Amino acid sequence: MDLLLPDTGLLLWMVLIFGIVFFLLAKFGFPVITRMVERRNAYIASSLQKAEEARAAVERLAQEQEELLENTRQQQGRLLREAAEAREKMLAAARKEAAEAEAHMLENARKEIAAEKEAALRDIRQQVSLLSLEIAGKLVSRQLSRDDEQLALLDRLMDEVETDRKS
Amino acid sequence: MRKTRHILFFAACLLLACLPASARAQEGNGEIDATAIIFEHVADSYSWHIATWGDKNITLPLPVILYDRESGWHACLSSRFANGAHYAGFHIGDAGKIVRDTDGTRPLDLSVTKTVFALILNALLLVLLVLSCASRYRRPDAWRQPPHGLSTLLEPLVVLVNDEIAKPAVGEDWKRYSPYLLTVFFFILLNNLTGIIPFFPGGANVTGNIAVTATLAAGTFLAVNLTGSKHYWKEILWPDVPVFLKAVPLMPVIEIVGLLTKPFSLAIRLFANIFAGHAMLIGVICVIFVTAKMGAAISGSMTLVAVVLGVFMDCLELLVAFIQAYVFTMLSAVFIGISRQKE
Repeated sequence: MDLLLPDTGLLLWMVLIFGIVFFLLAKFGFPVITRMVERRNAYIASSLQKAEEARAAVERLAQEQEELLENTRQQQGRLLREAAEAREKMLAAARKEAAEAEAHMLENARKEIAAEKEAALRDIRQQVSLLSLEIAGKLVSRQLSRDDEQLALLDRLMDEVETDRKS
Repeated sequence: MRKTRHILFFAACLLLACLPASARAQEGNGEIDATAIIFEHVADSYSWHIATWGDKNITLPLPVILYDRESGWHACLSSRFANGAHYAGFHIGDAGKIVRDTDGTRPLDLSVTKTVFALILNALLLVLLVLSCASRYRRPDAWRQPPHGLSTLLEPLVVLVNDEIAKPAVGEDWKRYSPYLLTVFFFILLNNLTGIIPFFPGGANVTGNIAVTATLAAGTFLAVNLTGSKHYWKEILWPDVPVFLKAVPLMPVIEIVGLLTKPFSLAIRLFANIFAGHAMLIGVICVIFVTAKMGAAISGSMTLVAVVLGVFMDCLELLVAFIQAYVFTMLSAVFIGISRQKE
């Protein structure tokens, strides 16, 4: 069998054909494909990395937003509490002030009333004295001799009246 | 379940179809020479026998190119030599090769034989496939797009050879060798696969021919030894062994023999695998015709066995076609990687 002996003609043809195929494919075929595949792999890798970075950024933003929201909520609570406290304080202060003012006014009024009353009493007493003197004058116009005695009597009568009223 | 029924139906049809064959076998003088059929298929020939229809052979004649020192160049179609005819002082000898009429010696035979023709067809197909794929990749925005059409078929294989073979085996300057490894891989794969197709223009035993595999192995031999590093050559010619082993020189001789056995094993492995695959498949199919005149029962059952076995063998051959292309490429890459070692 000459199965294991390469045939010269076939060998030459094979060298020629394989040589041409190798030349064509190694020059115009496979390097192009290999280069493009490598480039695409690089592109995919960079795209994946970018996507990962973008995802991380979005996550970070979401976290920041969450924190911001939490802060805002806390601040809001604090502000509300402070406002409530301030209102309470103001109300209390206003109430106290009003009470003081009221008390003061009452005191003043009472003093004034007392003074008025005193003055009125003095005035009435004077009027009564003068009236009594007038009455006494009219009475005395008939008995002038006993004038001093009459006035002393009147004064004593007035004192009595006053002590009676006071008691 | 439905699939099984389909397969059974198909097998029954085949059985019916081979009844006439069995009848004819009984009519004729009988003996089928399976060995002759097998070797007729796996060996090279000057014409391409496509089919036999009744008594007529449909054959594609191929160019015969001869050079004789005395009578010069001769070129004609192989049909001139059909049925043992003599032409220009030559005829096809007993070994199936064209010899001189005078003394039976061989002239320089550059004929486009069946194997050469199949090689040319497959080479054209391969160049067309790869270059049309590459033309897509040449577009400026090709790297932004996923593979499409043909590239979805070729790109995974290119990536496989680059990533699984070239990068790990060759090392850092794998890009220099990847075109060679890719060419070898696709060349062997395509020739293996077209060899499995049972009808024209497939079915030629290309990679099961020692001349073809020897050329491929020689390519690897050149790639390994033309670019070998200083360290690699020192290991071969002046290895780290006692001086008397080198002075004889025993070790360098052994190393140089080893140098040659590597491509030799590559050539023999691919040749033997594909050759054996073709021989086995035809042998299995021959079973149908050998048993044809042994009666309907034996013939029918053996036909069924042969068909089932043939399907199995075909699947196996598909696997072998890929594995052998892969193994050849990987070993080439490993040998290249060894010759590129620094220290």
